[in-house]
Amino acid sequence: MSLNRSMVGHCSPDFSVPVEASRLRLFAKAIGETDPVYTEAAAARAAGHPDLPVPPTYLFCLESESPYGQQLRIDLGIDFARLLHAEQRFRYHRACHAGDTLTFRQRITDIYDKKGGALEFAIRETDVTNQRGEPVATLINTLVQRNG
Amino acid sequence: MTNLKVGDALPDFTTEPVSRWNLALYMGASGDHNPIHVDIDFARKSGMPDVFAHGMLSMAWLGRVLTRWVPQSRVREYGVRFTAITQVGERITCSGEITELFEADGEHRARIALKTCNEQGQVKLAGDAIVALA
Repeated sequence: MSLNRSMVGHCSPDFSVPVEASRLRLFAKAIGETDPVYTEAAAARAAGHPDLPVPPTYLFCLESESPYGQQLRIDLGIDFARLLHAEQRFRYHRACHAGDTLTFRQRITDIYDKKGGALEFAIRETDVTNQRGEPVATLINTLVQRNG
Repeated sequence: MTNLKVGDALPDFTTEPVSRWNLALYMGASGDHNPIHVDIDFARKSGMPDVFAHGMLSMAWLGRVLTRWVPQSRVREYGVRFTAITQVGERITCSGEITELFEADGEHRARIALKTCNEQGQVKLAGDAIVALA
């Protein structure tokens, strides 16, 4: 089975996710982050933040809460057993914090193969905006499926 | 942040040996519930000898090289390639080095090469970042 190339250009419906302080604290613990800016609201405010900042890779976790993720994988023709996360990139436009509600807009921008089709790549770009409609970040995800 | 030059290293750090507890905690915190990272029975059925670390956990560790060096608000871009699996028990060194100093959008910026390695020097993640210097 190979990836469905007609999905290039496909956009999933927007979805919104609240940024919760308790989950940011758990994430900081899980990644060994000990800077109190990431766990204590008072320390965050002293550093000039309105509340706990969202650490650099946590946007990926929020994106994974998409209600359309499974449908997108089915539509792409992805076989989980042969799937790997090849690359991940973040472009940051504006800080975001606990208490924000972020909206994610995902689109499939490219599907291509290498090694005569033995490896197939799917690129997904996601624009993230805050509750004021301001751009927060762009996430670029590269998945690779091993065929044959 | 003055007198920086290409080739300068960012302060690095090395994790404790990766434990199954680390992976279970990251599963809960990240929302990535793929059992291959925490359930050895599932991992073996999938052809792996053991559970192994989430790539995004390593990316989070490596991101700490940046945020220990500058306030996070100065990080403009951060990306990685996942090149090898991080195994339970490995100590992972996270490091970075300035590869370019340049101006863009009215800012002084540095391009950083980043990587995570095990104690044998095997590269697990190879990445890059762009950081504003002022």
